[in-house]
Amino acid sequence: MSKRIVSVPLSKEDAKSLKVGDYVYLTGTIYSARDAAHKRMIETLDRGEALPIEMEGNVIYYMGPSPAREGRPIGSAGPTTSGRMDPYAPTLLDLGLRGMIGKGKRTKEVKDAVVRNGAVYFAAVGGAGALLSHCIKEAEVVAYPELGPEAIHKLEVVELPAIIVMDSEGNDLYETATKQYQRD
Amino acid sequence: MVRDIDVKLLTDNIKEMCIEATHYLSPDMCAALKVATETEESPLGKQVLDSLSENLELAGKEMIPICQDTGMAVVFLEIGQDVHFVGGNVMDAVNEGVRRGYVDGYLRKSVVGDPIIRENTKDNTPAILHTEIVPGDKVKITVSPKGFGSENKSRVFMLTPADGIEGVKQAILTAVKDAGPNACPPMVVGVGVGGTFEKCAYMAKKALTRDIDKHSEIPYVAELEKEMLEKINNTGIGPGGLGGRTTALAVNINTYATHIAGLPVAINICCHVNRHAVREI
Repeated sequence: MSKRIVSVPLSKEDAKSLKVGDYVYLTGTIYSARDAAHKRMIETLDRGEALPIEMEGNVIYYMGPSPAREGRPIGSAGPTTSGRMDPYAPTLLDLGLRGMIGKGKRTKEVKDAVVRNGAVYFAAVGGAGALLSHCIKEAEVVAYPELGPEAIHKLEVVELPAIIVMDSEGNDLYETATKQYQRD
Repeated sequence: MVRDIDVKLLTDNIKEMCIEATHYLSPDMCAALKVATETEESPLGKQVLDSLSENLELAGKEMIPICQDTGMAVVFLEIGQDVHFVGGNVMDAVNEGVRRGYVDGYLRKSVVGDPIIRENTKDNTPAILHTEIVPGDKVKITVSPKGFGSENKSRVFMLTPADGIEGVKQAILTAVKDAGPNACPPMVVGVGVGGTFEKCAYMAKKALTRDIDKHSEIPYVAELEKEMLEKINNTGIGPGGLGGRTTALAVNINTYATHIAGLPVAINICCHVNRHAVREI
């Protein structure tokens, strides 16, 4: 089977075409943000100010990298647990965020916002940070540098492997995949 | 005979061990992942396990941490009672080792100085230091950087004697099922049974540092470890939580005496990056 490469930022059409369980490779520009950056972004919106990055069509990678060694764009760069971003994600999805990359289950509120906005939730392999770092060709801190690993990074990625765990219709791989391999 | 040990020796070793543990897994962990890759039935699960093996190889070869969450540094010192530390304060020496390991080793600084104010300390200190006094004149150092994807899914249950061994089994399964895909399965499950509230948590943490190919020396506990591994793998959670037969690589259980009124059980979940470096000085 040939590799399915998906361009990021993600078009509405591409988002709709991705189905739960699909294994795809993301190429283009994405942004990293995790706990502290999400908290700041929501506080910024609460004050009526503009976000430091555009949401429309973009994909956020829930990731805080380890420091880069000399000559490398980034250190280890695998996904963190998405659930901690659940209180913030629906607001960002309503602003046009089209994809999230992380690991683990999401709340109903997030699922509703995914469906409402035709977005997608991808899983990257947790604990494969060295491997995933090879798909990141450039990394630049674009907001909140004082947060260190939790700063927002703009990332140029080439063929970053990701599995669709929640598609735009709200189908959830975490809910269905387990049953097939359950034994009593 | 009292043996003097300069605390600088602690610093130097702990620095190296932080770097070693975050780039190389112990042979028992590597072997278990290999076996799992061969036995996993789910195609997606197999693909995840293949990625993890490839990741491990790359981490050691290119010196990129296995996982970007290089953890909070948990340090165990088993100190021989004939040891006399000289040259400074032990806690300071441990923290200095962690500081150098994380700064010089390009490891992520994942520690905030206060749980509510949450400012990053920028050098991954302070460490979590556990000490035990043992016979002899040596010091056994174990450095176990602990990631929080799995730490967050750990639990303590204060069961009652009537709950018995079935209650213990239920507690373990509840914690594992609740952890699901969030804790980066295949997991290693450390369990402490007995003692007090804090003792069982400590035993669970320490159980994670036992080689996963070694069972408890207590026959019924060894049986419980085998039974629980099978039950956990029957949940179907699988590698990455994407479905499959490999949900855990091992269940390590430690036990201790407890009170007539209680049955404390702690479950410390660890991901497949179950890191620990061990040295004796």
